[in-house]
Parts: sequence; C-alpha cells; structure tokens
Amino acid sequence: MKRWGFVRTGLAIAALAALALDGAAALAQQPIKIGAPLAITGPASFLGDPEAKTLRLYVDRINKAGGVLGRPLQVIIYDTGGDARQAVTFARRLIEEDKVDGIVGGTTTGETMAMVPLVEEARIPFISLAGASVIVEPVKKWVFKMPHSDRMAVQKIYGDMKKRGITNVAVIAGSGGFDQSCRKEAAAEAPKFGVKIVADETYAASDTDMTPQLTKIRSAPGVQAIVGCGFGAPTSLTVRNWKQLGMTNIPFYFNHGVAAKQFITGAQGAAEGVRLPAAALLVADQLPEGDRQRAVSIGYARAYKEAYNEDISTFGGHAFDGLHLYIDAVKRANSVDKAKVRDAIEQTKDFVGTDGIYNVTAADHLGLTLDSFKMVEIRNNDWNLIE
Amino acid sequence: MDEFLQFLFSGLTRGSIYALVGIGFAMIYNASHVINFAQGEFVMLGGMVTVYLALTAGIMPVVVAIPVAIAVTALVGLGLQKFAIEPAQSRPGGASVVTIIIITIGASIFVRGVVEVSLGKRDFVLPSFSGNEPIDVFGATLTPQSLWIFGVLAVVVTALKWFFDRTRLGKAMLATSHNRLAAQLVGIDVRTTLLVSFGVAAALGALAGVLTAPITLTRYDVGIMLGLKGFAAAILGGIGNPFGAVAGGLTLGIAEAMAGGYVSSAYQDAVAFVIILAVLFFRPTGLFGGPGVERV
Repeated sequence: MKRWGFVRTGLAIAALAALALDGAAALAQQPIKIGAPLAITGPASFLGDPEAKTLRLYVDRINKAGGVLGRPLQVIIYDTGGDARQAVTFARRLIEEDKVDGIVGGTTTGETMAMVPLVEEARIPFISLAGASVIVEPVKKWVFKMPHSDRMAVQKIYGDMKKRGITNVAVIAGSGGFDQSCRKEAAAEAPKFGVKIVADETYAASDTDMTPQLTKIRSAPGVQAIVGCGFGAPTSLTVRNWKQLGMTNIPFYFNHGVAAKQFITGAQGAAEGVRLPAAALLVADQLPEGDRQRAVSIGYARAYKEAYNEDISTFGGHAFDGLHLYIDAVKRANSVDKAKVRDAIEQTKDFVGTDGIYNVTAADHLGLTLDSFKMVEIRNNDWNLIE
Repeated sequence: MDEFLQFLFSGLTRGSIYALVGIGFAMIYNASHVINFAQGEFVMLGGMVTVYLALTAGIMPVVVAIPVAIAVTALVGLGLQKFAIEPAQSRPGGASVVTIIIITIGASIFVRGVVEVSLGKRDFVLPSFSGNEPIDVFGATLTPQSLWIFGVLAVVVTALKWFFDRTRLGKAMLATSHNRLAAQLVGIDVRTTLLVSFGVAAALGALAGVLTAPITLTRYDVGIMLGLKGFAAAILGGIGNPFGAVAGGLTLGIAEAMAGGYVSSAYQDAVAFVIILAVLFFRPTGLFGGPGVERV
C-alpha cells in the first residue's frame, strides 16, 4: 500500500516536471509574428499577390532552416483589396489582437499612409512596400520603406532624357495616390533637369480608353517624350492607345509601377520601346558578373519561379527585401523588442537586397541610391538593360 | 478636326459598350420593374469565362469559347430568376421590388466571389478579334475591335426591334411590362416571360463582356464599373426602353470623351454624371421614357 503511494507521488512529480519543461519549450518556441496587410485582390492585386506569395515562401524556408533566434516566424497576411480603410482596420487588428512584433506590408501608398498614424502611436516597426516618397519624407520614426521612391524614378527618367536631348515632356497619370505623387515629383524635378512640361493629363483608375488624353498630348506644341505615372491595367491600355494613335515616334517612359510582366502581356505588343527605371531584379541575369545584387536577385527569382511557376516582378522583390531587412535587424538587435528592432533597422548598413544596397540612416528611412535603379527598355516583350 | 473625330471615336466605342450593358438593364426592368444589379456581373462573366475556356484552361478555340461563355452566362441569368427571384416573388404576398433588388445585389456579390476564387484575381487579356492594326479615318484612328462593337450593337438593336415587333414572346414581354395582371388575364405566361427576359439580358451582358475584354482587359471586378455606367445609360435613356438605353449609352460615352478631350481629363466622369443629373432634373423619365411611370 505504501509502495503504491510512493509510486503515485513519483508519477505526479514527473508529470509536473514534464508540464514545466513543456511550458519552457513553448515559450522558447513562441513564433516571431510579422503582420502583412497586402492588396492581394483589387486593382493593385498584381503588386500585392506576388508580395503575399513571397512572404509565405520565405517564411516557410526560414522556418525549415531553423527560424530566427531559435524561434519560428509566423506571418499573418490580410487582404486589404487595395482599400486604405481596410488597411487601417487590419493594421489595428494586427497590433491589438494578433500582437505582431512588426509589420511588413502596405502594398500601395494610400494604404501605407493610412496606416502610418496607427503604427506611430503603437510604436511598432513598419516596413512599407509602397513607392511614393511621402512615406519617408518627412522621416517618421517607426516607418521605413523598401522600393525606390517615385522621385528617384523621375530623376532616373529625366537623366535618360537628358542623354537623348529631350526637353519638352508630357505627363499622363492615373488618379490614384501613387500616380499623383509621381506626377507631382515630375513637375517638381523638371526644372532641375532643364525639362519643360508641355502637357499634363489625368485618367481615372476605371478608364478604359486614354485616346482623348493622348490626342491632346500629341497636339501639345513641341512634345518630345511622354512620362507615364501609374500601375495596373490602365498603364497597359495607355500604351496600346499610344500605339493605336501612331505616336510611337514620341518615346514613352513609365515609372517603376509597370515593372511586372502583366504590363507587357496586357499591352499585347504595344509596349515595345517603352522605357522604365526598375530594380535590378528584372534584369538580374543581364547584370555584370561582379554586381553584388546579381546573386541575391537570381536566387530569389529562381526560388519564386520554382515555387509558383510564375514570372517574378519587382513587387515580390520588395517583400523579399522587407522581410529580410526586418530579420536582419532582429538578429542584430538579438531581440524582437520593438524599439530595439527599430533602432537596428535604422542602423542597417550595406544590406544587399533585390532592390539595391540599403544604407538606412536616421535621416533616410529608405536607404537606396539612384545607381541601384536600372534603366530598362522593353524589347521583344522582355526587359532589356540599356546601360 | 481630326482631334474632334478622335474624341468622337473614343466616345462611340465606350458609348456602345455602355449601350450593350444598358440594354440588359432595360430588358429586365421592362419585364419585372426590377433593377438588376447583377447585370455588370453578366458582363464580367462573358469576358472571364471566354478567357478561361480559351486561354487559361485552353480547352477550346476562342470562336467556340465565346458562344459557350454566353450560354453559361445566360444559364446563370435563368438560374438567378428561377432559384432566387421567383421563389421570393411566389411567397404569399410576394416580395417587394426593393427586396428583389437586394437579392440581385446579393447575387452579384456571390457571382463575383465565385469568379474571384475559381478563375483568379489578376487581369486577363483576350486577343482582339481581328488584330490590333489601327484603321486610319480622316487622320483619326480606330481599332478593328471598335468596329466589331459598333457592328454587334447594330445587329443587336435590329434583332431586338424585330423581337419586340414581330414575335409573340416579344409582344408578350411588352404586354407584361405595361400591365402584368392584364397580361396574365389574357393568357400570357408571365413566369416564362420573366425567365426569358433574364436569360436574354444575361446573354446580352455576356456579349458585351466578350467584345470589350480585348479593349479593356478583364478582371473579376470589372462588372462593378461597367454595370454602373450601363445603369446610367439605361436611366438616361428612360429606364425600361432598350432603344433609349442605346441612345443613353452613346450620349454618355460621347459626353465623357468630349469632356476628357476638351475640358479636363480629370473631370470626365464628373461631366458624365452632371449630364445625367441635369437630364433627370428636367426630364425625370429620361430622354426616351414614356410619361407616367408611377406605379401603385
């Protein structure tokens, strides 16, 4: 009888010990949570969709390789449909309910800007995947961004025009946040490059025919080139109309919003000769052997194609860079403490991503320079590095 | 001059698209006094199903995929009437017009969701029927696809005229629209008439979707905006009059293009809607609507 009691006590102790150990293990195994509100559907879906796929792919790969700081990663993705109000709702949910450690997301400028007040208040590191320079100008303490800004895109375009002796330029832009921001930058940067804007046209996101706008541009006095600001289906339609109206003698430049194969397929051959500044990722295999971005870009492109059997776009590249930049910061901070990670992101030096080599500082929350941007021309329905 | 002509072509092309969508609204309103907010979804289905069958899945050539897509959409239209609207109407007391409009909104969200999940979220491209080589007309250019749209619209209008004037079913539909009870009393099968109107409206919507897909690209949510513009066309022409919808659509399209060309491209949608407001303000029955649409 006594022996049995002894056994029972022993069992109980063993069970307790197991429980305690289990708890400790669970604590160590608690995932690092990254929130990602992305425009997976809606007009910006061809940006948000590859972003979501990239995040899933790499979180999976990183977890298989042992995670970060011995903890697995968990990415919580919400589809905003490209709607800024939805983005705010999801950002709030990520912060308050999911209790994420950081946010990598915000596909479009509109969504990003809508989320900014929330993340600033919650004091949580936020790496935006959207384009406009207003996101990091003025600098916001908790907000960083991955893609080149539209100002850099415009500078790159004007630089190329200067080489070709072009001074009179027409601008055609969509009515969305990203489009209009680029349009403003185009106007602001023009005098610095000796460029004169002779026509300025806008179309709505749902427009399906831009011939009236282009006809006006064609009749603008002395127009030598067109700068397009936008992304998605309307950009494909714009270059189609450009070809339809026989305007291919006027060179067409687009900003980096069209750096996806869908732009070319949507244009059905009309995109021939269109130039755009784009991340090196698009032309990774055309980069010289010594280029430091080459290996990273080719590696990402291969992994993405293998997993999804889809062409890569620079947008997925932004997500790749954003995720790895965050992880890099977590490793350097050796913690997921929000303030420490934020400081670590701000001290990022010489981080090689698909978009370029990042050197983030307290004054520059983007950290890219103009030379990581490549001028690309569309030839034979493919991207061609022209410099 | 060639500038004006270019704006006109642009306006006629988009106007014809609005007209084709608007006819569907008018047909269903005619038969049932219901505004079918799923009409835009029929347009989307036409384009998306064609692209899916011919390109994504690649099971049939485009020429076969088009009629199949139109037939599929017509079936969806019939299903909407048979399984969603008719049961609601045949309840004791019947459902009010508002209830039925809400059913159509629900149906449109449902259809959009099914397509989004099953066929994909990205933009799809359908190649133009006869190439992309623009045609030069007095210094302005026109795509062959625009000619297809004009041609099909002309054929549809002629066919509808014949349908309403010469066929029993067409006449029955007109009679039902004027007085449903009286039509029933003289032996018209009102149920079948309603069913046909949904089928025809869905088929016409799908046709519009197939024709516009090469020009506008297509996506699971294109039906929202096209539906809205088609609805505006139908209202402008006097809702319930298919031929009014055609005139309304063309007016709307040309107004938009001219506003975009001569005023400012930023305000072209606004100009179009101001015109609609003005017409409704001074002529509440629309451009071609009969007087007295008051119902009890």
